[in-house]
Amino acid sequence: MLREEDKIFKNLYGFDDWSLTGAKSRGVWSNTKEIIEKGSDFIVEEIKSSQLRGRGGAGFPAGLKWSFMPKDSGKPHYLVVNADESEPGTCKDREIMRNDPHLLLEGCLIAGFAIHANTCYIYIRGEYYDEASNLQKAIDEAYENNLIGQNACGTNWNYDIYLHRGAGAYICGEETALLESLEGKKGQPRLKPPFPAGAGLYGCPTTVTNVETIAVAPTIIRKGASWFSSLGRENNTGSKIFSISGHVNNPCNVEEEMGIGLKELIENHAGGVIGGWDNLLAVIPGGASVPLIPKSICDTVKMDFDSLKEVQSGLGTAAVIVMNKSTDIVDAICRLSHFYKHESCGQCTPCREGTGWMFRMMEKMVKGSAQVNDIDKLLDVSKQVEGHTICALGDAAAWPIQGLMRHFRPEVERRIKKYRFGEVA
Amino acid sequence: MKHPGMINKVYNISDEIFNWSEENFKKAAVIIKKYPDSRQQSAVIPLLDLAQRQNSGWLSKTAIEKVAENLSMSYIRVLEVATFYSMFNLEPVGENFVQICRTTPCWLRGSDKLVDIAKEVSNTKLGETSNDKKFTIVEVECLGACCNAPMVQINDDYYEDLDEDNFKKILTDLKQSKKITKGSQIGRQTSHPQREKNA
Repeated sequence: MLREEDKIFKNLYGFDDWSLTGAKSRGVWSNTKEIIEKGSDFIVEEIKSSQLRGRGGAGFPAGLKWSFMPKDSGKPHYLVVNADESEPGTCKDREIMRNDPHLLLEGCLIAGFAIHANTCYIYIRGEYYDEASNLQKAIDEAYENNLIGQNACGTNWNYDIYLHRGAGAYICGEETALLESLEGKKGQPRLKPPFPAGAGLYGCPTTVTNVETIAVAPTIIRKGASWFSSLGRENNTGSKIFSISGHVNNPCNVEEEMGIGLKELIENHAGGVIGGWDNLLAVIPGGASVPLIPKSICDTVKMDFDSLKEVQSGLGTAAVIVMNKSTDIVDAICRLSHFYKHESCGQCTPCREGTGWMFRMMEKMVKGSAQVNDIDKLLDVSKQVEGHTICALGDAAAWPIQGLMRHFRPEVERRIKKYRFGEVA
Repeated sequence: MKHPGMINKVYNISDEIFNWSEENFKKAAVIIKKYPDSRQQSAVIPLLDLAQRQNSGWLSKTAIEKVAENLSMSYIRVLEVATFYSMFNLEPVGENFVQICRTTPCWLRGSDKLVDIAKEVSNTKLGETSNDKKFTIVEVECLGACCNAPMVQINDDYYEDLDEDNFKKILTDLKQSKKITKGSQIGRQTSHPQREKNA
């Protein structure tokens, strides 16, 4: 269990004041000037040695990403914060933005300074209206108190933060689609390379980072990289906000140490599975895009990037979707297929056509009106979508289906037989 | 992509002309200033949103043309943005735009029942506007409040921790133009594990 004093998000639930006064009493903005005066190399090195991995889903080492930014490109640099939180199951960034916005803003300044940027855009999903309004108020407060703007915090560094609201497109959570959207176009991902660090927003060097990654940075530097890396285990360090939803007694967001057992997480924080642990059917451990894991794996698996990768799933955004035995598991995955069909941007043919085809086939699987060999056909198509698209949405659409067939193929076959021959023993 | 049932082409009312209100014209100027010189195209989403707010929740052809004119963009570039993003409505909507989340986390906790109730109270189908123009009901994909599932968004606000009874009450109150409270409907503090306040 994470100790109270090791928690980074002290106002996760908004019991306390979210405005500047409240934030200052929690230690935010306390010695920002000192941190910045240590220099950008120090900040990047500190983040590197803390082994912080990006919290947006892919788990790329944050310090390494920041160090990709060129030192003297002659162009303006940009920090873009990805607050387009739309991965089904995930609702952690929302709590940061509405309950502790200054933590994010301080992180923006420190990270922006570290990558030599004078401008930061926070791209928040359009549906988050209250969150955007809190964040905007916090930005205004920070400007008024000279924490950002000209000579931010008295450091001679000019830094502007702008809030940009999106308009409802899951794909804009993909970094290059987000940049396209921020430039005022359709949110369709770009081919990489060039990577955003070379040519991102308006063709300038850009770092795109998730809200949580940015928000933990100031605390890591304040308390030291070794404190952060003492939590969790090698390569999977620190604490993380877990969003637990679905069939649990008390769905909630909770900050916990990386590598906590899935069972412990659900039982200690979310009040257990509805109907008890034995009533558990399966868990999607990292947001809709990762394959599900059945109860047998849930019993022992640890919640971190590498442990979940070993069981052919992933930590993703750490959004734990719990399903108990009352769940129609095929329909649950079918709904996700509908999600990907709806959110495909339409740029690459395998994804545009494949997500629709896979959804229609999944609909047949739910009813059982497919043929038994359609299962292999579906898996084959999912393999053809996976890895053949510009961005990872194609992969994300394929994985839940592959996960379902890996662990629940007998159930799908049973339905098909039942549909054709009636109930068989 | 638009939500099922919502149209995705320009709806034309011939004699309607869109002009910025004085207040919104100023707001638009502030928004455009957020972006570097000659990058004003970046403001297209915020401006379309502003226009939609002024135009009672939907974008008419003239509103899209106005935004194109303001940002020196060609009409088709603005139109493709207006059709790509799901939050832009291209046809008139009811006073209360009810978006019911249907994705797995909400579905696991009973979003299907919410759809039935919404249909029943508003007396309309998904993607359609009720005769009294009070409601437009749509089923949408994940709105990012999964720990407070099931939830719906009505206009700008989230209504969370719903069940059949409290959702029915919300809709009936809206029908009678009564005031309703946003957020958790069981008195829970944001996404805190404790479900009851003071419990």
